[in-house]
Amino acid sequence: MCATCGCDSGSKSTFYLLDNDQPQHGYIQSHSHGHDHSHSHSDDHLHQHSHDDHQGLLHDHSHQHPHQRTVIDVEQDVLHQNNLLAERNRGYFDAKNILALNLVSSPGSGKTSLLERTLNDLKGDLRFAVIEGDQQTTNDADRILATDTRVLQINTGKGCHLDSQMILQAVQQLKPAENSVLFIENVGNLVCPAMFDLGEKERVVIISVTEGDDKPLKYPDMFHTSTLCIINKTDLLPYVPFDIEKVKLNAKKINPHLEIIELSCTSGEGLPLWYEWLKSKVLTVAVS
Amino acid sequence: MHELSIVMSIIEIAEKQAKAANASVIEEIELDIGTLSGVAMDALEFAWQQAVKQTMLQDSLRKINRIEAKAKCLDCDTEFTIEKYDDACPACGEHLLNILQGKELRVKSLLVS
Ligand SMILES: Nc1nc2c(ncn2[C@@H]2O[C@H](COP(=O)(O)OP(=O)(O)OP(=O)(O)O)[C@@H](O)[C@H]2O)c(=O)[nH]1
Ligand SMILES: [Mg+2]
Ligand SMILES: [Zn+2]
Ligand SMILES: [Zn+2]
Ligand SMILES: [Zn+2]
Ligand SMILES: [Zn+2]
Repeated sequence: MCATCGCDSGSKSTFYLLDNDQPQHGYIQSHSHGHDHSHSHSDDHLHQHSHDDHQGLLHDHSHQHPHQRTVIDVEQDVLHQNNLLAERNRGYFDAKNILALNLVSSPGSGKTSLLERTLNDLKGDLRFAVIEGDQQTTNDADRILATDTRVLQINTGKGCHLDSQMILQAVQQLKPAENSVLFIENVGNLVCPAMFDLGEKERVVIISVTEGDDKPLKYPDMFHTSTLCIINKTDLLPYVPFDIEKVKLNAKKINPHLEIIELSCTSGEGLPLWYEWLKSKVLTVAVS
Repeated sequence: MHELSIVMSIIEIAEKQAKAANASVIEEIELDIGTLSGVAMDALEFAWQQAVKQTMLQDSLRKINRIEAKAKCLDCDTEFTIEKYDDACPACGEHLLNILQGKELRVKSLLVS
């Protein structure tokens, strides 16, 4: 725990590399955010003076140091650092022809289920690696490992999203193969991950029919920043009120470029559309 | 609560800039935050109170410029103010928009001494 910034609620994250060949979990704990904590409050301000008197332009300081007020024109994007590292990740993925996909959804929409199905069905055709993001546990990584795929679990602690720095560190350990597909399963949360570019090629937002059909309108940022929307659990449509046409219409209003695929990880219905989409992206990457 | 990460980035940027200018106090910080930036203002406020303790921003005056979102319709070129991404063009009713402003999230200036 870091006293200065309260990292416990910030970005203390833990990395576990799971590998079937090495039964011991790799373990690295890191304090991954960039700021340094040397708050060198120099003693210039032991004296108590009211800053009101600085309003007057001409006044004499009784103390020695020159004490000028200066305006610094910063004009810096708050997410600048995250975006820089995201670009660095993107460059790395491009150079190695790795298709990186960022999977985002509310908790329980079926991100891990979709990955399990995909990895089992396509492992003969494509090479995969997976980064799992959860606040706690390696449960999801264990499920991925069971499909015989290389996987690294990031536990974000109280952190509610992955950031590009975490992905940078994760990739250094995971070392995904050239010409592979890298799935990044973000922390289950339809709000926070929206602002954090990880360096992915495509962002895939997943909703399930049990979540209510107003999801796109309630969480527009995520739908605005995604390129593909998967509507999962269509096998449950007979049992829940979910107007799938309304969802599609609303999602398209927020993001007219959004592609939409309906499927069920349980019944397998619609999965071929998703596989087609995935393979078309792999092809695109290979050609470019 | 990604606002906590946001505030920590703001602190990082501000302290770096202030130190580079050999300043010891940040009296004021000015932020540009667009209405479509993805930042919830109440969450930002909460995160701010938590995160600025014992940093150079602890006692700084905070000024926030809310930048209202504007878009241009890609079909008919009308420019208009939007509140939400799914707002339609008031002239032609289409949704294919180019967001012109409103996604800003930046540290605009500091007043240091
Ligand atoms: N009926 C039905 N259930 C599904 C389907 N897909 C996933 N589920 C179930 O939904 C639950 C959550 O699925 P997960 O794959 O763990 O969801 P997730 O998005 O990875 O969840 P978090 O990682 O916790 O955010 C599990 O009980 C799955 O069996 C589906 O297509 N149909
Ligand atoms: Mg999961
Ligand atoms: Zn810290
Ligand atoms: Zn921290
Ligand atoms: Zn958040
Ligand atoms: Zn128009």
